[in-house]
Amino acid sequence: MTGAGVAGAAVQVVAVAAGSPLLVGWMRQVRARLEGRIGSGVLQPYRDLRKLARKQSIVPEGTTVVFATAPAFIAATMLVVAAIVPTVTVASPMDGVGDLFVVVGLLLIATVALILAALDTGTPFGGMGASRETTIAALVEPAILVAVFALSIRANSSNLAAIVTATAHRPGDVLTPAGALAFAALVVVVAAETGRLPIDNPATHLELTMVHEAMVLEYSGPRLALVEWGASMRLAVLVGLLANLYLPIGVAGAHAGAAGLVVGVGAIAAKTALLAGALAAGEVFVAKVRLFRVPELLAGSFLLGLLAVTAAYFLAPRGA
Amino acid sequence: MSAHTYATLVDLAAGTLLLSAVLVVWRRDLQATARLLAVQGAALGAIPILSGVRRGDVQLVVVGVAVVTLRAVVFPKLIAVRLRGELAHEREGAPLVNTTASLLVTATLVIVAYALSRPLVRLDASSAARAAPVGYALVLIGVFLLVTRRKALSQVVAFLVLDNGIDAVAFLATLGVPVVVELGASLDVLLAVVILGVLTGRMHAKFGGTDLDELRELRE
Repeated sequence: MTGAGVAGAAVQVVAVAAGSPLLVGWMRQVRARLEGRIGSGVLQPYRDLRKLARKQSIVPEGTTVVFATAPAFIAATMLVVAAIVPTVTVASPMDGVGDLFVVVGLLLIATVALILAALDTGTPFGGMGASRETTIAALVEPAILVAVFALSIRANSSNLAAIVTATAHRPGDVLTPAGALAFAALVVVVAAETGRLPIDNPATHLELTMVHEAMVLEYSGPRLALVEWGASMRLAVLVGLLANLYLPIGVAGAHAGAAGLVVGVGAIAAKTALLAGALAAGEVFVAKVRLFRVPELLAGSFLLGLLAVTAAYFLAPRGA
Repeated sequence: MSAHTYATLVDLAAGTLLLSAVLVVWRRDLQATARLLAVQGAALGAIPILSGVRRGDVQLVVVGVAVVTLRAVVFPKLIAVRLRGELAHEREGAPLVNTTASLLVTATLVIVAYALSRPLVRLDASSAARAAPVGYALVLIGVFLLVTRRKALSQVVAFLVLDNGIDAVAFLATLGVPVVVELGASLDVLLAVVILGVLTGRMHAKFGGTDLDELRELRE
């Protein structure tokens, strides 16, 4: 636990907390421009959050403490994940618990909190959104574990910071078939975890096509602001992690100074913006798949991850 | 070329073979699978070309060029010729095994292939031999596709995946196949594909569809 590590973790949390609405705004703006619209600007999510924070919170009759506290759970787990995941620094003091399984588990806590809150409302749309989200979450877990496991074989550790450091030392490792297959699997996983196309359309207003939005239909005011902020933090963390797993340039080490941290923040901001822009541009060209075909897509992602694992074990040049 | 470059390129070719086989299982559109066959043929032909360049063996390079011409150009062309007109947008409509289950079975088959070929890989520690399980995986995936696909042209594609797998094992696990042997085997497969293509055309003309499960009993 070094001073640079603690400072880096704090910078990570602040950057993700403050910058994730900007990432959402950037993705929406890229999509809008590609679709021929002017778009509402990259700062629109901030305006939305500010507006929601000032509105009255309406709680549906018959809901319990689950509904009331779920937004806090979501935001809190996302902040913890932001401290663990190696975005700005690889020497976060949570390194001892910064395992892949812990991160996936924390993301799942947020998902389950929202699912339970949606069930708590007792509305049919809440139940529908909750059951859809459960299906997707159950199928995405093995896919994400297998895909990151493929990358962890080379680093001999499932600690995310260790994987990023190993890739930083040997950048050519991710250009193997295992790396490419794992990347394809991880792109599908990120789309599924963050509720973006082709699994879920974040801009839909038709309730029968909603997954994430159906779960938050009954939220209003500050609680809705917390849920939206949590969702944008999830997007920022996952896209940042994907960018750093494959392109760990500029990540601050255990003994980086203030300049190193600034470089780390700039590097992750640039990489995340690039990857998020590419994902948003890709979204313009795909349609949402039918719910009954989402297991097919996630099984394909799982298979790609499994092929990446076999490729990493068997096709790896030993010691080359 | 250096050993490291050779190993990387052979790994890339083997990875492309496996990925294209997985995509043939995933995609149900026949035109897409015919295009994937072309990619697979190109990756397969790259392996003897790489071995030939590394060892300075001209015969291997000739074999590689012949394989690429046949499996990446001729076979997909023969299938695409059949997919014109009414059959242009053929898809596997109601598969015997749905796509999710097929993908999971493919995962199992890949693992089985790796387990099966452990003794073979142990014989030779070179990078090409370590990729030999990919050939076995292709063979098993081809057999699985042959069993579970209904349309005649899908079964032709599956048969070609199976044959690509056999060739992949031959190129990866051995020091090379003589030109005569390769041309003989390929001519066999070429004749089979031509005949199957003609048969598919006649089937479609006579029965209005190429779903082989419909051909269960003799008719007048």
